[in-house]
Amino acid sequence: MTEYIVLSAILFTIGSIGVLTRRNAIVVFMCVELMLNACNLAFIAFARQHGNLDGQIAAFFVMVVAAAEVVVGLAIIMTIFRTRRSASVDDVSLLKF
Amino acid sequence: MNALTALTLKASETTIPVVAPTDADGPFTLLWLIIALPLLGAAVLLLGGRYTDKWGHLLGTATSAMSFVISLVLFVSLLGRDEGERQISQHLYDWIDAGGLHIGLDLLYDPLSALFLLLITGVGSLIHVYSIGYMAHDPRRRRFFAYLNLFVAAMLMLILSENYVGLFLGWEGVGLASYLLIGFWQHKPSAAAAAKKAFVINRVGDMGLGLAIFLMIVTFGTTSFSGISALSGGATETTLNWVGVLLLVGACGKSAQVPLQAWLLDAMEGPTPVSALIHAATMVTAGVYLITRSNFVFELAPAAQTAVIIVATVTLLWGAIIGCAKDDIKKGLAGSTMSQIGYMMLGAGLGVAGYAFAIFHLLTHGFFKANMFLGAGSVMHAMDDDVDMRHYGALNKMLPVTFLTFAMGYLAIIGVPPFAGFWSKDKIIETALVESPIVGICALLGAGITGFYMTRMMLMTFFTDKRWGSTDSGGDVHPHESPKVMTIPLIVLAALSVLGGLMLAGNWIVDWLSPVVGHAEHHEPPLPVIVITLITVAVVAAGVALAWFLVGKQEVPRVAPADVSIATKAARADLYGDAINEGLVVTPGRATVRSLTAGDRSIVDGLFTGGTTVLAGTGELLRRLQNGYVRSYALGILGGALLLVLTLVVVN
Amino acid sequence: MTAFWILAPIMVVAALGLLFVRKAVHAALLLAVVMISLAVLYAVLEAPFLFAVQIIVYTGAILMLFLFVLMLVGVDASDSLVETIKGQRALAWLVGLAFVVVMVVGLSQLTLGTATGLEEANAGGNVQALADLLFSRYVFIFEAASALLITAAVGAMVLTHRERLTPRRTQPVLAAERIRAYGETGAHLGPLPPPGVYARHNAVDTPALLPDGSPAAASVSRVLAARGTMRSAGLTDIEAIKEQLGVDPTAKPDAKQPGSEATDGKEDPA
Repeated sequence: MTEYIVLSAILFTIGSIGVLTRRNAIVVFMCVELMLNACNLAFIAFARQHGNLDGQIAAFFVMVVAAAEVVVGLAIIMTIFRTRRSASVDDVSLLKF
Repeated sequence: MNALTALTLKASETTIPVVAPTDADGPFTLLWLIIALPLLGAAVLLLGGRYTDKWGHLLGTATSAMSFVISLVLFVSLLGRDEGERQISQHLYDWIDAGGLHIGLDLLYDPLSALFLLLITGVGSLIHVYSIGYMAHDPRRRRFFAYLNLFVAAMLMLILSENYVGLFLGWEGVGLASYLLIGFWQHKPSAAAAAKKAFVINRVGDMGLGLAIFLMIVTFGTTSFSGISALSGGATETTLNWVGVLLLVGACGKSAQVPLQAWLLDAMEGPTPVSALIHAATMVTAGVYLITRSNFVFELAPAAQTAVIIVATVTLLWGAIIGCAKDDIKKGLAGSTMSQIGYMMLGAGLGVAGYAFAIFHLLTHGFFKANMFLGAGSVMHAMDDDVDMRHYGALNKMLPVTFLTFAMGYLAIIGVPPFAGFWSKDKIIETALVESPIVGICALLGAGITGFYMTRMMLMTFFTDKRWGSTDSGGDVHPHESPKVMTIPLIVLAALSVLGGLMLAGNWIVDWLSPVVGHAEHHEPPLPVIVITLITVAVVAAGVALAWFLVGKQEVPRVAPADVSIATKAARADLYGDAINEGLVVTPGRATVRSLTAGDRSIVDGLFTGGTTVLAGTGELLRRLQNGYVRSYALGILGGALLLVLTLVVVN
Repeated sequence: MTAFWILAPIMVVAALGLLFVRKAVHAALLLAVVMISLAVLYAVLEAPFLFAVQIIVYTGAILMLFLFVLMLVGVDASDSLVETIKGQRALAWLVGLAFVVVMVVGLSQLTLGTATGLEEANAGGNVQALADLLFSRYVFIFEAASALLITAAVGAMVLTHRERLTPRRTQPVLAAERIRAYGETGAHLGPLPPPGVYARHNAVDTPALLPDGSPAAASVSRVLAARGTMRSAGLTDIEAIKEQLGVDPTAKPDAKQPGSEATDGKEDPA
């Protein structure tokens, strides 16, 4: 069972590195999804480990939240793209000192 | 009252009378009117503004004169009463009513206040009359009379109050009036500064009086004379000593005694009638009144009494020495005033034996010093407001009335028999000799110096060569006698200076005041009385002769010579009174304030500004982290998550 | 286990690819690989319902949404891999590697023991068991999730909504404008010509030919013209066809297919 968790950790880390290094907002979003999915994998693995379904329910809710997040996030990306003609997260950096 | 006298407490060798007044009836119900009249005058003149310019001086004089008339009526009524019934109080209203503290606005009319009433309203009215002439050309004469009336009202409040709080009200009132009148010609920077100086130094004294009142409230729970005189026997001597010393501080401030003497000489910047009324005859003697009135405290506080004697002795010599070197006629008289108040304080400090003589000297001094100040004003009037005696000389022919009245005052002050000053000063010196030979000899010496400086003033002003009107002085002075409105008060006061001694006839004044200050057992002086009197007269004569040889026989230079002895220089500089104040109080105070402000700036403010600077600097560094790149923030989150996991791993 | 050891390397490689590919579309496809693999793993882990949901919702709906947005933004928009924030890339890798190392070290210290398995829990069927939990213990969260979804939908609409700032231009207004433009500047009154339709090229990026054989620029979308993807078409093309066929269509006026092609029809009178 540990190998599932390790895989989950690896995928999560790759996703986080992606968030940190990619600049295309859509790809960043994909990496966020990758992180969420890695978490889901851990949830489901632990559900099997402990023999109850609460982990699966958690994974289910993660998916629901991810869906909602994607909808809003992509809408935001669209809006930004419409005004700035760019999907780079680095271009949206006015909110600073 | 006879029954009440039985209640008086036995202290040392004398009895201290308890103040136990009866309620006012008959003419005594008019007591409040004495204060109210000048107060009304002041209110009308101050609020009425320029509409009262035409008749303001007449109203001011009239209110003062009416107060005098009522005082006279009351005095005669009091004379008609038995000795035991001569204390009358009038309750006007409850002033302060807080918890256990009840202070009413009560008036007390007894032999002591009766004499003061006559002096203040009498001399005050004369000076009002004189001022009509003296201030005739001043555009703000109406305001001057308003202030004078305010002063008279406050002074009457001071001496008529039945408790220390009411006395304090009057005390501050006369302080205010004094401030306003010293600085009456406020366009002169020196006058404005003098007024400020008088006010500030008086605050020091007032603080003493205020603390004394607080201590009384704490100790006795009351501030009325009747309450404290009945309770003072129950208080510890230490407490009473403190009360006495604090009262003395108050008296020093108001009466220009060392070490709070510095303001009086500068106070001469005010108009001369003010100097005569406030800074010679009445207000400055309030300290003597305070100590005499507080006899029930001082009789039980020997240390405080000793302090009074020391202060008085130092002051009477101090003032006399200053008086010797002054060329300004008013400042010379001011030094003399200090010295004479020193005599009064000495009398008051000597206890039951001296109170009556202190008050006696106060009254005679009120007459002759007012007389001399007004005379000096008349001379200045004649000399175009020149106050330097070195510019006078040989004025006796020009100003015959002023000369003669001034001479009466002169003879009175140096103590030539049978003029008023002789009787009063002689009695104080005699009592002092009984009490302590050293103090007595100092007082005797003071009398000699008085003879010297007054003779010097007399000679420089009215005799010697004339030093005015000559070409090199550049002055075009034509001395002329003052109008009648000014000379008549002079004549009246001169008459009083001559005849004031009659009050001692048959020991009248001592008996008159004994219900207030107690009756002293008679002590035989170390020498026969007649010998002491002869010695006093001889010492005065020596002073006069010295002045005759040093001033009268020699040429008086128009400009004060610079190469003089150290003693003269010191006396010219008021015995370095200002320098002492400067060195002991002002400079350290200024240094303290400066260091405190510096500390406030650097430490207190620095704590705040330094704190903000550090915070701002930190913020300046930290804001670099806020670069707007969302990925940078995400890196922070990942770093945080790493730390979290690391902690978990390490802890497990 | 077999499935895991087969799929795990694939997933890791695909995920790593996500970090390096330049084109967002490729990233989306790699993500799809990971997701489908995950779905298989879910099935292995006795979660059939989530297996289905992963395929349908994630891979089917969410990923499609991604692709849809990519299409709107522009498929070609590729990401420069040159880092702009100083030290960001190195730090990201450093922290990321540290993170994974710490996680693996931490996990290796755990002994999970043999898995309990879900046979008992899934006895009455996985979907039924999940439904039991969802509508009993988690019913409140379930309702909250529904509220969240509604909010998200409304939020997306609000975000993408554009307020009309000018009054709507109705057809009469547009017609009047066209006529005025024709009267004042002589602008073409009718609709633009359709793009060229040929036997070989039936596409919007090929311009139509005018009667004289020259291409009609107005027949191709201006966007395509600006991108430079407009194909060249015209007489040169006809020459090429002639060469290929070895037949000269103009030489046979009685052609077997007269008017079968618009271009031919246009060509003839020329």
